[in-house]
Amino acid sequence: MRPLLLSRTTMTSCLGRGLEATRTALRARASGLAPCRFETVTLATCVGEVTGVDEVRLAPALRGYDCRNNRLAALGLEQDGFAEAVRAAAARLGAQRIGVFLGTSTSGILQTELAYRRRDPATGALPGDFDYAHTHNSFSVADFVRRQLGLAGPAWTVSTACSSSAKVFGTAARLIDAGLIDAAVVGGVDSLCLTTLYGFNSLELLSPEPCRPYDAARAGLSIGEAAGFALLEPMPASPAADAVALLGVGESSDAHHMSAPHPEGLGARMAIEAALADAGLGAADIDYVNLHGTATPSNDAAEDKAVVGVCGTRTPCSSTKGATGHTLGAAGAIEAVIAALAVRHGFMPGGANTRDLDPALRAHYLLENREAPVRRALSNSFGFGGTNCSLVLGRA
Amino acid sequence: MSKLAVCIEGIALLGPGLADWPAARAVLAGASPYRAAPTVVPAPTLLPPNERRRSGTAVKIALTMGAAALDACGREAAGIATVFASSSADGDTCHAICESLAGPERLISPTRFHNSVHNAPAGYWSIATRSMAPSTSVCGYDASFGAGLLEACALVHALGEPVLLLAYDAPYPEPLWAKRPVADAFGAALVLAPAAVGRGLARLDLELRAEAPSRLEDAALETVRREIPTARCLPLFGLLARAEPGTAVLDYLDELRLAATLAPCA
Repeated sequence: MRPLLLSRTTMTSCLGRGLEATRTALRARASGLAPCRFETVTLATCVGEVTGVDEVRLAPALRGYDCRNNRLAALGLEQDGFAEAVRAAAARLGAQRIGVFLGTSTSGILQTELAYRRRDPATGALPGDFDYAHTHNSFSVADFVRRQLGLAGPAWTVSTACSSSAKVFGTAARLIDAGLIDAAVVGGVDSLCLTTLYGFNSLELLSPEPCRPYDAARAGLSIGEAAGFALLEPMPASPAADAVALLGVGESSDAHHMSAPHPEGLGARMAIEAALADAGLGAADIDYVNLHGTATPSNDAAEDKAVVGVCGTRTPCSSTKGATGHTLGAAGAIEAVIAALAVRHGFMPGGANTRDLDPALRAHYLLENREAPVRRALSNSFGFGGTNCSLVLGRA
Repeated sequence: MSKLAVCIEGIALLGPGLADWPAARAVLAGASPYRAAPTVVPAPTLLPPNERRRSGTAVKIALTMGAAALDACGREAAGIATVFASSSADGDTCHAICESLAGPERLISPTRFHNSVHNAPAGYWSIATRSMAPSTSVCGYDASFGAGLLEACALVHALGEPVLLLAYDAPYPEPLWAKRPVADAFGAALVLAPAAVGRGLARLDLELRAEAPSRLEDAALETVRREIPTARCLPLFGLLARAEPGTAVLDYLDELRLAATLAPCA
């Protein structure tokens, strides 16, 4: 693919609001995971909850979109001058020439979960104040962000479970390449809800303690919530010295199982190889891998086979889910942002919470932070349904 | 504003009173009258019999439509990239989960949970066809068909290979139906190939425009178009049914419309 400039990025997670808070927390090896106190949930698990989401107020004209997921989106857009940068791009390029492609797995379904507690005892009807279209529907978040930013180009939500917000980078690249748009807002927003907490619990995939990716004693994942965004534009003739670009996108399907990865990591490997081919790079060109690394026994094992199979055992890798939790449909976006931070600052975050590396896993997993130039980083995202997406980010 | 050009190779359609593409083609071409009737969702032959029964409406429609569109043009499923487009995930599954979560036990079955994801039909398709090709699943609420068509055409352009678009709606049961009254189940699938290949039923040029969407002459069919998100595809399928060159303007998102122009394939 033709490289695309990440002209502005931002992320908000349990690590904090914006890039600086994120980088500070990662440098401190902090984890935002804590015992779950969310809503009325009574599960013995830890979550990465973003503080202050409940206090966010949407603009009056967009009040119909009010739900936790869109509040988190609004909070995220206000960090790092992201909304201003997009509005400036819209003034320059035209609002119709900027697409909005966002990933989410559950959007504002929490609103429906709560509404089901308030059904009319006689008729079973949902309460009158419940607004399905603007909250629960998967498109709600892309629709909300498009309106919040005053954009008028094509927009949709990609909802492929935990690869959703990695895939949106590919969508944007294809539409820009085809000439339908000149720039795109991509990203992912997913927020805590009962469906995912009780759903992953039913699969016995929730860790009772903060998740420990790649650890010999890893016992499952910790769910988090986050909003991550990037503004993608064609590379300028002379990019800034610290510019970071999207260099390649690779996608594949496992064709194996709805909720378990291919045991040999075959689909994951195909996605990594496709991303490298798309970037015109070889495995030796990758300086850091941000793993999907959910800390379930089977995911880490399958991903390890894929990463080692392509990159060998020397390339530094880590999962940042010990710090942020697994933010599901937002994971691809925030981990692309973290990979871009790694490139910009020459900083590879050591995996939080991991104490004893699983000797069966062979990738070079970082237990400590490492400061070294990162010219190119790979970011992996895999999800239910056997959906895989890898991104290559780096110096253009 | 530039256009996306592809060739349409295979077609499948299913909706209320539209049993399959041959039947729908006769109706849309004006050769037989439209008779409104509830959508009959077939059991997908791609799945083993026990899974055929258990699978949700969205999976059934998507898999049946995808297989029919590929059969129509003699292509194998295994290597073809896919774009799934739907206004929601499976309605019945979502309702069952929300009902459980409102109860005292909050018990969700693991199968129901993995079937609740928007990309469940894509997962079942990949497993059933053993296809490891790239796949995405998009949602645009009422604009879902347009989103899928744009995504699929851009993917053809990027890959230089055929792409299968599968668009469908599986309506919610009550009480969600009252909040989101999609009239009936609906499915549409297209096999799209690079325009340069030059074979197929028609060449499609797709362009973003601001003009009013095309309507259907038959009042009952026009109601279907307006009340089911995926049925926004019908003006395009009408052109295909009549096998005539021309432009259909498809409703997409707010003031954005998709002008779909058909011409003979090279």
